[in-house]
Amino acid sequence: MYKTSIAVIGGGPAGLSAAIEAAKAGAQVVVMDENSRPGGQLFKQIHKFFGSQQHKAGVRGIDIGKELLEETQKLGIEVWLDTEVCGIESNKLLWVVKNKTKSVQVLAERIILASGAIENSIYFPGWTLPGVMGAGAAQTFINIYRVAPGKRILMIGSGNVGVIVSYQLLQAGCEVAAIVEAAPKLGGYGVHTAKVCRAGVPFYTSHTVLRALGENKVESAVIIELDDSWNPIPGTEKVFEVDTICIATGLTPLAELAWIAGCRFKYVPALGGFVPLHDDNMETTIEGLYVAGDVTGIEEASSAMEEGRLAGINTVASLGFYSDKQRERLCNEVRERLDALRRGPFGEKRKTSKEEIITSRKEIQCPQ
Amino acid sequence: MSSITNHLKTVGSPSLKELKGSPGFPDELHLKKGPIAIIECIEEIPCNPCETACPRGAIIVGHPITKLPVLDVEKCIGCGLCIAACPGLAIYVKDYTYSDTEAMIVFPYEYYPLPSTGDKVTMVNRRGREVCGGKVVRINISEKNNKTPVISVSFPKKYFEKVVSMKRLLNKRFLSQWTIHL
Repeated sequence: MYKTSIAVIGGGPAGLSAAIEAAKAGAQVVVMDENSRPGGQLFKQIHKFFGSQQHKAGVRGIDIGKELLEETQKLGIEVWLDTEVCGIESNKLLWVVKNKTKSVQVLAERIILASGAIENSIYFPGWTLPGVMGAGAAQTFINIYRVAPGKRILMIGSGNVGVIVSYQLLQAGCEVAAIVEAAPKLGGYGVHTAKVCRAGVPFYTSHTVLRALGENKVESAVIIELDDSWNPIPGTEKVFEVDTICIATGLTPLAELAWIAGCRFKYVPALGGFVPLHDDNMETTIEGLYVAGDVTGIEEASSAMEEGRLAGINTVASLGFYSDKQRERLCNEVRERLDALRRGPFGEKRKTSKEEIITSRKEIQCPQ
Repeated sequence: MSSITNHLKTVGSPSLKELKGSPGFPDELHLKKGPIAIIECIEEIPCNPCETACPRGAIIVGHPITKLPVLDVEKCIGCGLCIAACPGLAIYVKDYTYSDTEAMIVFPYEYYPLPSTGDKVTMVNRRGREVCGGKVVRINISEKNNKTPVISVSFPKKYFEKVVSMKRLLNKRFLSQWTIHL
């Protein structure tokens, strides 16, 4: 059995930030990630981040990833890659499959769950044809492996993921035939939509994909207009000759481990589905199990990093590395930065939803 | 979302009317007085690097950082330091006084291949539609831009209002590779 002070599950922006914060205080930390490289989605994010200087605004995601990895190394944080955490038992015993080969038990004093999210899919005739893929997959193709997934792409979904990946596909030299949005209004930031718009990409609001056509791969896609009740309007079909259909229809928190551990949940559509309840220190209804990042509700990397820091600070504080006063001061700094990100028409809803999670957590008496 | 941003939220790009009602868009007089920054940021998102980038304090976001950037037309000299600083690529500089017949636009351009100085290029409007021809005057790929090339192009004055960028150049190398693989 392997013993550690803190086990961080997930080596993305939230997990790495949490690990760094905990290791800075002097705690022994091990980060586990099922991927063969750490960094989560950061290394696919070649665009400049928003926020303020404190949030590393203007720095590209890929460079933020590099900075986090450098710090992780400098602090001597152990990172287990190709490592899948398969279960969490009540006494903070983790069942881990290390390097895809070896079953290991890990006993941790504290656990930080930063497992991220999974892409949602939509289903339509032809969706199993090669050439239909998640927008995240297309982004991995171009930005990690430097391979164009196709020549001409149809993007389904106009949220930030759909619009940013469309832009990056254009940068990779692909053509984006159109971006299709089922809602009557576009979802992503206006600056992102404007960027692809001036590159000549048309948007189709109140439209959805009807089917993908092709022999052995996608050769074309049919879209159709939706009425006010989101029902297809016959006769409004449009055909696009494309070889790739990317689906960017939202994300769902990847919270299986929190379910297994016995955390209490709440269904919050604005946060992407079921999210584990947590207090404002990121601790769940299971004592010593903390959460951070997309697993606690879909946001973006900037807020995931702040939540990670919050979880990291509180975990080590609960182990006695910080006095209450120190903990409060450090937490307040992070909370201020988080608050700055959760404002405006995009952030407000997330802010109230997050507060809902914290309020619901307060109303529950912990069994421990 | 307020109805002010209707065009932005359906078409994808802001309309001139939406822009003219925003605090980052210079008034007609200052727009044509000389080089000046034009900020096409009409939606409140948490972001303020434009404010930090301006050495003259001509762009104010303030607190909270979701506030829209306000351009001080008196202070802005159109130096263009904000162009590559904007993560949203929403800022460009225009100079109506570039020459008797031509205006100049300085804009961010993150596509390969890059044009060369002296190249004739096609200028586009906010919806990517071709507006007129232009001539590349300068390409700024300084390290400070953090991999966002900033391109200066001169174009006929009468298209001053419409032009916001240039048409992407075809990447022939990529296209030929695909023909082999697909």
